[in-house]
Amino acid sequence: MSDTCKFKIDGKEIIAKKGQTILEAAKENGVFIPTLCNFTGVKPKGSCRICSVKINDRFMTSCTTPVAAGMEVESNTEEISDLRKSIIELLFVSGNHFCPSCEKSGNCELQALGYRYQMMVPRFPYSFDKKNVVATGPKLLKDQDRCIKCQRCMKTIKDDEGKRYYAFKNRGRDLEVVMDEEMSKTITDELAKEAMENCPVGSIIYKGVGFSEPIGTRKYDKQPIGSLIETN
Amino acid sequence: MKEKIKAILEKYQIDATRLIDILHEVMDEFGFISAETITLLSNDLRISEAQVKETISFYHFFSDKPRAKYNVFLNNSITSCLRGFEHVKEAFEIESGVKFGNVSEDGLIGLYVTSCIGMNDQGPAAIINDKIFTNLTPYRAKEIIKGIKQGKKVEELIYEANGDGNNAHPLMNTMIINNIRRKSLLLDDNYEKFEVTKNLISKYSPQEIIQIVEESNLRGRGGAGFPTGLKWKFGSKMPGEHRVIICNADEGEPGTFKDRVILTQYNDLVFEGMVIAAYATAADMGVLYLRYEYRYMLEFLNSQLDYMRNNNLLGNSINGIKDFNFDIRIQLGAGAYICGEESALIESMEGKRGEPRDKPPFPVERGYLNYPTIVNNVETLASAVRIIKNGAEWYKTFGTSDSLGTKLLSVSGDCRFPGIYEVEWGVSIKEVLDMAGAENVQAVQVGGPSGTLVNVQDKENHSKTDLMKWYKPSGMMASRKAYDRKISYSDMATGGSIIIFNKSRDILHDVVMNFMDFFIEESCGSCSTCRNLPYIMKQKLLKIINGHGVREDIDDLLNWGKIIKVSRCGLGQTAANPILSSILNFRHLYEEHVKAMTDYDNQFELADSVSAANSFVGRKFIHHNS
Ligand SMILES: Cc1cc2nc3c(=O)[nH]c(=O)nc-3n(C[C@H](O)[C@H](O)[C@H](O)COP(=O)(O)O)c2cc1C
Ligand code: FES
Repeated sequence: MSDTCKFKIDGKEIIAKKGQTILEAAKENGVFIPTLCNFTGVKPKGSCRICSVKINDRFMTSCTTPVAAGMEVESNTEEISDLRKSIIELLFVSGNHFCPSCEKSGNCELQALGYRYQMMVPRFPYSFDKKNVVATGPKLLKDQDRCIKCQRCMKTIKDDEGKRYYAFKNRGRDLEVVMDEEMSKTITDELAKEAMENCPVGSIIYKGVGFSEPIGTRKYDKQPIGSLIETN
Repeated sequence: MKEKIKAILEKYQIDATRLIDILHEVMDEFGFISAETITLLSNDLRISEAQVKETISFYHFFSDKPRAKYNVFLNNSITSCLRGFEHVKEAFEIESGVKFGNVSEDGLIGLYVTSCIGMNDQGPAAIINDKIFTNLTPYRAKEIIKGIKQGKKVEELIYEANGDGNNAHPLMNTMIINNIRRKSLLLDDNYEKFEVTKNLISKYSPQEIIQIVEESNLRGRGGAGFPTGLKWKFGSKMPGEHRVIICNADEGEPGTFKDRVILTQYNDLVFEGMVIAAYATAADMGVLYLRYEYRYMLEFLNSQLDYMRNNNLLGNSINGIKDFNFDIRIQLGAGAYICGEESALIESMEGKRGEPRDKPPFPVERGYLNYPTIVNNVETLASAVRIIKNGAEWYKTFGTSDSLGTKLLSVSGDCRFPGIYEVEWGVSIKEVLDMAGAENVQAVQVGGPSGTLVNVQDKENHSKTDLMKWYKPSGMMASRKAYDRKISYSDMATGGSIIIFNKSRDILHDVVMNFMDFFIEESCGSCSTCRNLPYIMKQKLLKIINGHGVREDIDDLLNWGKIIKVSRCGLGQTAANPILSSILNFRHLYEEHVKAMTDYDNQFELADSVSAANSFVGRKFIHHNS
């Protein structure tokens, strides 16, 4: 039995390894599907919903759905593109995302997707309460306005015992990602930098650095998001 | 204190997956979960303090701040509001001198509102120190607070005699009444308890049991309607060191209370259904997940399980069947509607916040602690017992061809006889309204907030615009007289919540807003869509209700309602339904509010907006409106 299978995304034939997710297969075949919460190497938890595709007229998140031979996946249609754009807008209106002053500007995946999907003015009214910047730990600060609750820090930043540095607090609209106060005191430099790197937006900031690269030379200044996958 | 925490931890083998039970014991012992306790738990359970707080802060009935000696949780479901919630709330506040959401300075009284507690047929109701107080009035609220201030025990605050049936059992002692209005094959008292386990199952092989359930066409009664036999068959074939049967008794959809009544009067059937399911699928672990609001039943239910253990109906070699080992424990929830969703329920059972899982894998593949897990509703399991007793052919004589058997409806709202009606599938809305003695009806909410708002005056469902083509609520069959719509899987499938509104009700302001608040409160917050959109849509609705809406706002609501359908679970996917279904069936109410049907968006009233400044400088605003 072969361990590959074929299926289609927007009519294009995709060759995938069995057990792969649609997202992984798409990436290997040069098809870009936007993601925010997904992070290579950790178990996906479809929470941003931006990677949604349509299979048999049903929405599924491509980061969590395994491939199946013969499936027909819709991804880059007008309907789904607008859906993705609306999710980007939704994230923008649910916190104060002030890009011009953000340390991550140019390296921010949310901002980069905003450009890719040509977001102008969000269709939704701004709707966030006052949020805090928590800067009590020695190495890191957490700007709650910018947090999109992707859970990447929660899944990747752990100590040797597997204890998580980051966790959720509350639920619904009051949901926050907070850092463990005790553990924040002793986090290593290396892990603190990793926390900042893994954050898709500018919610986790390594203290004392600010802007290390000038505008114009940052990641998505040079290469629009997704373009590397598409030229593969 | 350290000793006590240690003892609690040891009772649960210092197992972080039992965090919910551990936190309940801490709450019972200390009244809240202190920072010191959190540190102790974190150290021993080997999870960070933030992780302990993650679970605590998710659930309504856990608190890391001191709660009061008497904690009043007043339920704000729609039926409670129809029957004077606001006045009762006010009476509690005035008499106690505390505002809701707070604890009195002396730590005596705490007041909180809480989502539906399953007492819609006798609301407004409140939970005070785990005891249920039904049919509240401002007078009764005041008497309760007076009693508390006089130092009475919570038992002494009871103002009504014990309810009927097992509600009066010494282990329950509650004023709740069953309100069973109509009985059929399930709520039939003419049977011998546990006779299927004692006399029948050994006559069948596990495969034969599954076959009978499949032939009966039994479908899940928790709302989703998945074929039960098929679920058992999948489960029986999944490899795993253990297999788990979970009975879902989280009953949280506003307006349903049938599981409450089944668990009160027919819990033997529910547990026996779990035993049968275990036999059919070779499961060895059983859990009944009981919503916290029903904690008053806990001891009573445990006494039934003890009876079963003592009579070899649970435990090893059940009823002498070799290798048939199965036991049941009760897992108490902690106040979160989303934990009724089966994978969120499993997360909660593992000590975590109740966040639904991505599917696949489904619970039957990988569920509780990754073992194959079959989750069934209370009513489904009880029905299975009747089916094994009397056979699939017998069961098929009830209901309609596509929906066999009976369904328990929980009827509440504006009617003379709220309560439980066991009806055959296929009954029409009109028949249900007649049974319940409902007059002057304007609307019926079928299936709770996530269901459909039916306009009974409507000859036809009229307003399905192009924008709504994609919207397919449960069996939305176009142009059918609303009255004749049927409760069935092919027309209106439902978990059984029926809420009736008469013509005096303000559908948008009182009903739809209440439902939206419910979803906003109960969303787990994980999906970007479900976390943010219900609130934004509610604000838009409010803008319309306040007379600032324009036509385009209605279209916006329809378009945004579509976006939320990409959410992970049923809660998010249906969270816009109150708005969508009211636009579909009550569009005229929106149009009445929308400003002269204009397209021009004027978000504010000049006169109102400058009134503060005007009064400050003593200037009068002159109207030029003619
Ligand atoms: C938000 C949400 C809440 C739910 N609440 C309940 C509930 O309270 N009780 C229940 O039995 N099923 C509930 N369900 C359905 C369960 O996920 C599951 O389908 C059901 O327990 C399976 O049992 P059944 O097949 O016997 O109906 C809920 C689903 C969702 C999406
Ligand atoms: S990337 Fe798939 S849901 Fe976020």
